[in-house]
Amino acid sequence: MFSVTLRCLGRQVHQQNKSLAPLFTYSKNGLNTEATFDTKPFKLHKLEEGPATTVTLSRQDALKYYKDMQMIRRMETAAGNLYKEKIIRGFCHLYSGQEACCVGMRASMRSYDAVITAYRAHGWTYIMGVDAVGVLAELTGRSTGCARGKGGSMHMYVKNFYGGNGIVGAQQPLGAGIALALKYQGTDGVCLTLYGDGAANQGQLYEAMNMAQLWKLPVIFICENNGYGMGTSVDRASASTAYYTRGDYVPGIWVDGMDVLAVREATRFAIDHCATGKGPMVMEVVTYRYSGHSMSDPGTSYRSRDEIQEVRQTRDPITGFRERMLSTDLATADELKDIDQNVRQVIDDAVKRAKSDKEIGLDELTADIMSNPIDTRVRGVTAFDTLTHKRIGPAVNS
Amino acid sequence: EEVADAVKFADESPALTAELLAPTTYDGPFASNGARSERLPDGEEVGHYQGAYKVTEGMLEKFGEKRVIDTPIAEGGFAGLGIGAAMVGLRPIVEFMTWNFSAVAFDQILNNAAKVRQMSGGQYTCPIVFRGPNASARQVGSQHSHAMEHFYTHVPGLKVIAPAFAADAKGLMKTAIRDNNPVLVMESETLYNTKGEVPDDQGPIPFGVANVVRTGKDVTIVAYSRMTHVALEAAEKLANLGVSAEVIDLRTLRPLD
Repeated sequence: MFSVTLRCLGRQVHQQNKSLAPLFTYSKNGLNTEATFDTKPFKLHKLEEGPATTVTLSRQDALKYYKDMQMIRRMETAAGNLYKEKIIRGFCHLYSGQEACCVGMRASMRSYDAVITAYRAHGWTYIMGVDAVGVLAELTGRSTGCARGKGGSMHMYVKNFYGGNGIVGAQQPLGAGIALALKYQGTDGVCLTLYGDGAANQGQLYEAMNMAQLWKLPVIFICENNGYGMGTSVDRASASTAYYTRGDYVPGIWVDGMDVLAVREATRFAIDHCATGKGPMVMEVVTYRYSGHSMSDPGTSYRSRDEIQEVRQTRDPITGFRERMLSTDLATADELKDIDQNVRQVIDDAVKRAKSDKEIGLDELTADIMSNPIDTRVRGVTAFDTLTHKRIGPAVNS
Repeated sequence: EEVADAVKFADESPALTAELLAPTTYDGPFASNGARSERLPDGEEVGHYQGAYKVTEGMLEKFGEKRVIDTPIAEGGFAGLGIGAAMVGLRPIVEFMTWNFSAVAFDQILNNAAKVRQMSGGQYTCPIVFRGPNASARQVGSQHSHAMEHFYTHVPGLKVIAPAFAADAKGLMKTAIRDNNPVLVMESETLYNTKGEVPDDQGPIPFGVANVVRTGKDVTIVAYSRMTHVALEAAEKLANLGVSAEVIDLRTLRPLD
């Protein structure tokens, strides 16, 4: 139970019980413009103070977060179906259950902050500015995909979003390097560097943390702890599962990753820390994935269906947020239903595009290997069967 | 007394010869290459991030700590940092203390630097230079004697250069720094003491252009890096036998002329 504070057209009304929320319906459209919630307490490592646990949420933001989380959930459901229809080939790692992580973090990012993540990248790609067509068409290998269909599930990119990385643990040094460049360029930009609980045991993370702390790099090392690295539970893989403390000398913070508002506040706190020259921070965001690790994993051999069901029923990030919005009159059930319908329509249209848009031609197989190729002939299956190198266009960073 | 005996024994023991050594290595005399880097181009025009140790004399003093950074011993980590910085738009030069240790960073070079452009559909490029001494030195054991260019030359997305002469080292390095792709500069530890003329106005030398360093009509010897010097010595010996040998110095291994 969380206590709730409502503000109606500038008037603050305190309320202890959310079930009383419907009593406060006297704003212009019968809805509140903002509400205040308490989050679960943050756990802190090497920090005197953490983020405020009392969080104010505007109606406008609430509607946006709700829409974004629903969009990602629906997009992932569609991706799962496209995979089962054998229209998506190759990899497909779904983000369902983890929506509050990327939506909450994005809510506190400035336009020039950067993100790099591992292979569970669809939600992040969407929230960083690629629409559902860009994501789904990438999965189906179409030219309208955000990497022209050549990256697939694990390698999606857009400006300030550095992937989508397939080698577990190799993206963390890149994130520290991106932070180094942001600092070098004289901005106060921060790089959010994400990894899972599995990659938390890779040595390169600790190499990157060491350099980031030495050079006070503006990087937030964010462990999206969904409980399992593929089929290995955190307890079986990590001598310490308190991932927010594992930066040792790097301050850390533990966050309930199923609460979009807690994630938003913690991220704001971490960005302030990094952007003011205090060096890196570790953030552990505890979350859950509903699907298996990938499409070939039913996700039930190493955990029970009951466990998944219990998380869905008691901790689901969207259901929980929806209840908060309704109980504080930030939105009506009809409004949320409209959003749901709109999301469904957008995703249905995106699925059609992802099925019908053109695939890239064979001539693109050897495109963009180099920015300025001297060898314009590229070896094919045999040395006598060459293809032509092709450049598609300038890169965003050149 | 025991130590003195050991020293005497070591002094009097015969040195390991090439003939004895060759059968113990898989590619014998071809395991060597490089160029002198005593006066590497200092790349005034580049955004500059330098890994490993400040072996390049005077660079720290000249460019300051913002641009010349001593890293911890963490090859995978600092190679990754350089790649990340390059993806934002800096043009880092990352030094491996020797290319042998790049094996620890092989994944970063192979999977991130080389592939990001193609994988992102051309959205991100990686303008980075990795450099350091490569291949066999003298009596340093097999872990410090790798000729790493063989691995890297076969990776699409990478350019690999291996100059033999000081002027080429400077000209090719200039090109490497200006290039928008990852370029790997293989210097030879055993050529670091070899002196050569470097014109003051030495400009960039294009990649993929080999150099005929000795003309001849009977036979052609193709080499690169240190072996170019060996090939020139061989050509001299052949001339004494009445054979006219041409020597071609490849200079860049990928692209190959």
